Amino acid sequence: MQNRELVIIGGGPAGLSAAVEARRLGIKDVLVIDRESEPGGILKQCIHPGFGLHIFKEELTGPEYAERFVREAKNLGVEIMLDTMAIELTADKRIIAVNSQEGLIEIQAKAVILAMGCRERTRGAINIPGFRPAGVFTAGTAQRFVNIEGYMPGREIVILGSGDIGLIMARRLTLEGAKVRCVVEIMPYSNGLTRNIVQCLEDYDIPLLLKHTVVNIHGRKRVEGVTIAEVDDNMKPIMETAKFIPCDTLLLSVGLIPENELSRMAEIQIDEVTGGPVVNQRMETSVPGIFACGNVLHVHDLVDFVTREAILAARGAASYLADSDKKYDYVPVVAGDGLRYVLPHRINIEAMPEKRQTFFMRSVKPMAKARLSIESEKGVIKSRVMRYVKPSEMLSIPIDRDEMKGIKILKFNLQEEGDSVERGE
Amino acid sequence: MSAVNEEKSVTCIVCPRGCRIKVSIKGGEIIRISGNLCKRGADYARSEVTQPMRVLTTTVRLEDGHLLPVKTARPIPKELLFEAVRELSGVRVKGPIEIGQVVYSNVAGTGVDVVATRSWN
Repeated sequence: MQNRELVIIGGGPAGLSAAVEARRLGIKDVLVIDRESEPGGILKQCIHPGFGLHIFKEELTGPEYAERFVREAKNLGVEIMLDTMAIELTADKRIIAVNSQEGLIEIQAKAVILAMGCRERTRGAINIPGFRPAGVFTAGTAQRFVNIEGYMPGREIVILGSGDIGLIMARRLTLEGAKVRCVVEIMPYSNGLTRNIVQCLEDYDIPLLLKHTVVNIHGRKRVEGVTIAEVDDNMKPIMETAKFIPCDTLLLSVGLIPENELSRMAEIQIDEVTGGPVVNQRMETSVPGIFACGNVLHVHDLVDFVTREAILAARGAASYLADSDKKYDYVPVVAGDGLRYVLPHRINIEAMPEKRQTFFMRSVKPMAKARLSIESEKGVIKSRVMRYVKPSEMLSIPIDRDEMKGIKILKFNLQEEGDSVERGE
Repeated sequence: MSAVNEEKSVTCIVCPRGCRIKVSIKGGEIIRISGNLCKRGADYARSEVTQPMRVLTTTVRLEDGHLLPVKTARPIPKELLFEAVRELSGVRVKGPIEIGQVVYSNVAGTGVDVVATRSWN
């Protein structure tokens, strides 16, 4: 059994950012465990630009963003254990990991940061009827094939779901010579960033069919086509609108699920809405000394925010390592009208790592203009008008400690307001 | 009001608002930009209509068969993206590679370098 100070499970952007910050804060023994043979996580296959605008004030590709953190981690003496899968975690912070060199490895950590990321929803998660031929991939699997392994998943492609990975792959496959027939989205709006709709679909005249879904997959050995149909307001397919689209490949970009098997083993409380752990102001889960950040906590649209969250988790781990016995009372943070969730789920105002706490949230639907108001049991403590709110773009608001002094509950509401925007040059 | 030869629609990506901007063109000249909420949107629409530019990201083969992710060091004209990808598909590079290293010059005659976006040992 190894005794370690801080063990970080996952060497993607969240884990690496947390490791770098932990070393900077003076934690001497930082171990990152990653199941792949290279650190960097999913960024390695995200060769497109759009990363780092907030953290580095310049536009980087995924591999560039990852390499900056890998270098920094190595310079700072972070130990990265590769090709190693963490298979068990207990509430008293014992980790069992396995690799082909050492077999089973047992580690007792003083503090743990969960940074396992998320995985893609598959065909099984959305129950598309039809045959089960080859040629149905998740968008991320296709991305790995094209950008890392060097294989094309197909020639004539339909993409179901307009999440960012699907949009990015529409462009990538087009540039590599495939024909992307259309992107089919069941919602009346896209779940991708606007810049991806424009630069991945509109640039290449790829149609985006909103309020449509795939109702059948054809072909016995290989996909021969899909039937798509419009859906009604209850997302039920209108079969009269069904039409056949010939293709050899169907890509699925239908959402991501935080990967929390280890968290559940450690009996960490999970938020049913985010699919990730319930956390406090320092990204600490319901089990003291176990922290979480990045897509294992909630699915992000920008990696920059993952890094910021990881820094908070590392600071949390550092203060826990300095004083692990401290007990806290928490003020609950509630997502009210118009919001799917707000993070962190609960806070202790005295123990906030900084003078202000940034809260992250997602809206339930797109709104041209909305008022975000934050109220305590005494009434509204802060409110702000937000423009062009979309569920796909995470919202954030910082609140000063002074504004929250003495409160017992913090409730966030997002109310749609009439749009009175004047237009023109 | 003068007759408009052509009207182009541009979705602005400068900020998350995503304004639908209309650009009216007469005799090859932009005569009117509308639908934008700020000046940055007008500038974006103007460049989109006159000469849209994009950073190209793709991969090239390393001699050992692996793929190396690369990008154009600067944006190149959008209409040359396919030509650039075709040109780069024949390129073979030899490791080791440093991040930022030029692996190909003057792609598609643009005068723009193609650089590695990761190191390779």
